[in-house]
Amino acid sequence: MMRIACPNCGLRDEREFAYGGEAHIDRPELDCDDQAWEEYLFLRANPKGEHAERWVHVHGCGVWFNLIRHTETHEVVAVYVMGVARP
Amino acid sequence: MSRYSAFALLRNWLGGNTDWDPVWRSPEPASSYDVIIIGAGGHGLATAYHLAKHYRPGRIAVIDKGWLGGGNTGRNTTIVRSDYFYKESADFYDHSLRLYASLSQELNFNIMYSARGILNLAHSRHEVDFQRRIVNAMQLNGIDAELLGREEVLKFCPVLNGDPNARFPIYGAMRQKRGGTVRHDAVAWGYARAADALGVDILQNTEVTGFRRDISGGVQGVETGKGFIGATKVGIATAGHSSVVAQMAGFRLPVASYGLQAFVSEPVKPVLHTVIGSAVIGSYCSQSDKGGIVCGGGIDPYPSFAQRGSAATMEKVLAGIVQLVPTFSSLRLLRQWAGIVDYTADSSPIIDRSPVPGIYLNVGWGGGGFKAIPAGGEAFAHLIAKDEPHPLTTAFGLQRFRDGALIDEAAAAGIEH
Ligand SMILES: Cc1cc2nc3c(=O)[nH]c(=O)nc-3n(C[C@H](O)[C@H](O)[C@H](O)COP(=O)(O)OP(=O)(O)OC[C@H]3O[C@@H](n4cnc5c(N)ncnc54)[C@H](O)[C@@H]3O)c2cc1C
Ligand SMILES: [Zn+2]
Repeated sequence: MMRIACPNCGLRDEREFAYGGEAHIDRPELDCDDQAWEEYLFLRANPKGEHAERWVHVHGCGVWFNLIRHTETHEVVAVYVMGVARP
Repeated sequence: MSRYSAFALLRNWLGGNTDWDPVWRSPEPASSYDVIIIGAGGHGLATAYHLAKHYRPGRIAVIDKGWLGGGNTGRNTTIVRSDYFYKESADFYDHSLRLYASLSQELNFNIMYSARGILNLAHSRHEVDFQRRIVNAMQLNGIDAELLGREEVLKFCPVLNGDPNARFPIYGAMRQKRGGTVRHDAVAWGYARAADALGVDILQNTEVTGFRRDISGGVQGVETGKGFIGATKVGIATAGHSSVVAQMAGFRLPVASYGLQAFVSEPVKPVLHTVIGSAVIGSYCSQSDKGGIVCGGGIDPYPSFAQRGSAATMEKVLAGIVQLVPTFSSLRLLRQWAGIVDYTADSSPIIDRSPVPGIYLNVGWGGGGFKAIPAGGEAFAHLIAKDEPHPLTTAFGLQRFRDGALIDEAAAAGIEH
């Protein structure tokens, strides 16, 4: 079981959270070409290693935040608030 | 390759079983091949078999970082069916199911196809309506399927929870009778043996670590733990690791990798003679020939390459099984394991050329590619040999993500398996 440190509530059980996809994906302008739109919608990093992603403390305070997690060991390397650049 | 038969069994029994041929060779890698397939799972092995049998493109190798069949092909819950919604999927998966029905003869290897039927349960009026829609679509696509009412379901499968006040009461079910199970290791072993007999080199413990390209960008071969191996055509059939391998070749894939778990109980006498599943509960199970109840469910809720599976998901899947069949709560689990599966946004596979000339893709099977192995191998061999998609898989190309022509099968498939 993973334990994740919510920026508000501290260390909690994995079950209290929901995964919200890769972090730092910017939406392109709506008149972008099809390739940019495809990349925005479908192409994700999917690394075997450290991954920047968004989570929400859904059964807690409800806050969205970013974290960096190793996808092979599930070690949580960093937690940081929304809107901040990847550390 | 000596053929398996009742006579061979008798002859070898008389000889004290010391005279069987090895099932496949363990050759040293050649310096180059005409075609290399990365990944000795069901798809890679079936592809090599079809290539060698029907197209004879020259020398073929299948290479795997681990052992043959050690990936998802040896980890799945063995369920085969063709109850898909869209015409593209229906045609493809039904072709696969039909190939499975005669695969033991084709390969001279008993794959133990058991058409015990598959029962997808409905727990509300709305689900009954939804299933009616799917069954109609299947019948329009020429695929057998039927709806059962509540009483029919309980009569057919008495172990199910028939309590009308259950948390998930049974309102009915859709059934595909030709669905069922196939011994998963036997599929890998059968294809491996048949491909080996046609001269395919199966190279185990040979991890691909990179690609070598020529100045025009085309592929020249692969770097491996055992050195460089040349090839003019390379097929990628590495399931959950498809994006990792694609990255070595310098392109990205529209996939995300997740852990998917399975569980098996201690063996008990025969109690469940069909596959049962529920999309709402998110669990399914069947009884193996050894008597174990083989359980599966949804993927873990976040991407992962950790081949163990989340404990929270395990609890959810098993709670669902106990809802469906309350007496199973007294069973002990013998084993739990997980595989890494690669998901596309529409839960349909990618069988296509890659952005690199000479590299081909058979990936994105998610949690449902076991049933697709015979047809997947046939289509991928066609693509590699002719450099154009097989008619049954033209819709499963990479371009669909740019065009928005998705074949969104998540609803019809309902659940992994
Ligand atoms: C728990 C679970 C239950 C499932 N249940 C079902 C089911 O009931 N029905 C169904 O239809 N499907 C099911 N599936 C899905 C199904 O198992 C897969 O879609 C299918 O096995 C994929 O086959 P494959 O040949 O593409 O991949 P695999 O069998 O995974 O083979 C890929 C191979 O690639 C190798 N590889 C990876 N990277 C490299 C590298 N760098 N170099 C060399 N080799 C490499 C791996 O070692 C592996 O052997 C299930 C999956 C899981 C995990
Ligand atoms: Zn919180």
